Amino acid sequence: MSPDSISALRLSLQVAVAATALNALIGIPIAYFLARRRFWGKSLVDLLVTLPLILPPTVVGYYLIVLLGRRGLLGRPLYELTGWTVAFTWYAAVIAATVMALPLLVRTVRAAIESVDRDLERAAYTLGRSELRTALEVTLPLARNGILAGMVLAFARALGEFGATLMLAGNIPGKTTTVPLSIYTAVQTGESSEAAALVAALTALSCVVLIAANRLGARAA
Amino acid sequence: MRLEVADLAFGYPGKEVGRDVTFDLTGGEVVCLLGPNGGGKTTLFKTILRLLAPRHGRVAVDGQSIAGWARDRLARVFGYVPQAQLGIFPFTVTEIVLMGRTAHIGPFATPSRADRAIAEEMLATLDIGHLAERPYTEISGGERQLTLIARALAQQPAILVMDEPTASLDFGNQVRVLGQIERLADRGIAIMLSTHDPDHAFLCAHRVALLHHGRLARLGRPDEVITAESLREVYGVQVAITPVARADGRTARVCVPALGDGILPAHPGPPS
Repeated sequence: MSPDSISALRLSLQVAVAATALNALIGIPIAYFLARRRFWGKSLVDLLVTLPLILPPTVVGYYLIVLLGRRGLLGRPLYELTGWTVAFTWYAAVIAATVMALPLLVRTVRAAIESVDRDLERAAYTLGRSELRTALEVTLPLARNGILAGMVLAFARALGEFGATLMLAGNIPGKTTTVPLSIYTAVQTGESSEAAALVAALTALSCVVLIAANRLGARAA
Repeated sequence: MRLEVADLAFGYPGKEVGRDVTFDLTGGEVVCLLGPNGGGKTTLFKTILRLLAPRHGRVAVDGQSIAGWARDRLARVFGYVPQAQLGIFPFTVTEIVLMGRTAHIGPFATPSRADRAIAEEMLATLDIGHLAERPYTEISGGERQLTLIARALAQQPAILVMDEPTASLDFGNQVRVLGQIERLADRGIAIMLSTHDPDHAFLCAHRVALLHHGRLARLGRPDEVITAESLREVYGVQVAITPVARADGRTARVCVPALGDGILPAHPGPPS
């Protein structure tokens, strides 16, 4: 395997791990609020979080450029303030992968939280536990299998992200070229053995993740 | 400690279950909530405990609305005894009772020796010390109910709210629970319970609230509220109510229904 392929693999893992962590950080609270609270704009949040599942990745990428590009709604003030832009950095790949993976995590975790018996939460409330601590000590531990499944799905989705990443992060070897982009480049430039090696590596990695998740799930159940 | 429920409307988002409920409760007093299935007893309790937000009106303790209270503060005032259910987790009886100390224990602390002593004391109060190490999932329904009462007492609450504490218990355990209610009231705790049995209200209540279609149809002394007329109105049955001498020398009223021709169609529709 060429040094470029190895760097693509390392970058992909790095991006997928970071995106999964961000997903857990953002997605679990969103899933909790969608499952347990009634609030103004709830269906809008639900819609926004689910859209990346339905939209073509390039469309999501386009929106991300509009938002975060150098002349974007958030990107321009950031650039004017700091002279730095997130586009075409590996952070952009993380953001693209996070947004694309979010619906899978939120939907899975939300369903898991909704299946937790609310009387167990009410028992904690009547004994004096706040909503936050009840969520952390009762609800989320009981939903742990679903949370784990959601994180595995998010990791797999982040590992395979292509379209939105290409739009926001570009395809800069050694910097933003993740394995899917590297495979595309290799095929385009006729380096078929390089492409085959990366395909094999990604397939093997995905299998390992799935098997590990199944083992963990079996133990937790 | 004085609980005031003022002009309370309660229910679920988008669905009102009851309204215009006003009553108060003071230490040492037992108020019994009586009424048919679906009359709103459990929903009213959930609203008083703030598991549901009131749709209107307020719940106050010593003149102060509980609307903004933190959960741990609420739990130091209100002890809640839910209907005993099959346990899911095999905690021991002692562990369940120790959970009643939750609101008294610091954020990251574990129960202290004092907390354990209180749990033990509550087990002894309810004469279930012998169950201490038994798993909650393996004891009888009556024992579970007594365990949940012990847990609520471990909160050292001023107000005890009990949802049908005698339901699904055998006769002996029903009598034991009613006896405990009387003893706890004598210790100054304000007690509010629901029941399906008018005789239980006669046995333990100082006042009875008759909840029908989500409204307090009647509120007052048991002998004023539980009458042949009110029970016919609310349950659609004909009853005779008569005083009987109890084995302990006191007098109790009992309620004896007529079967057959005396029964009217159950639950005539809500007043429109």
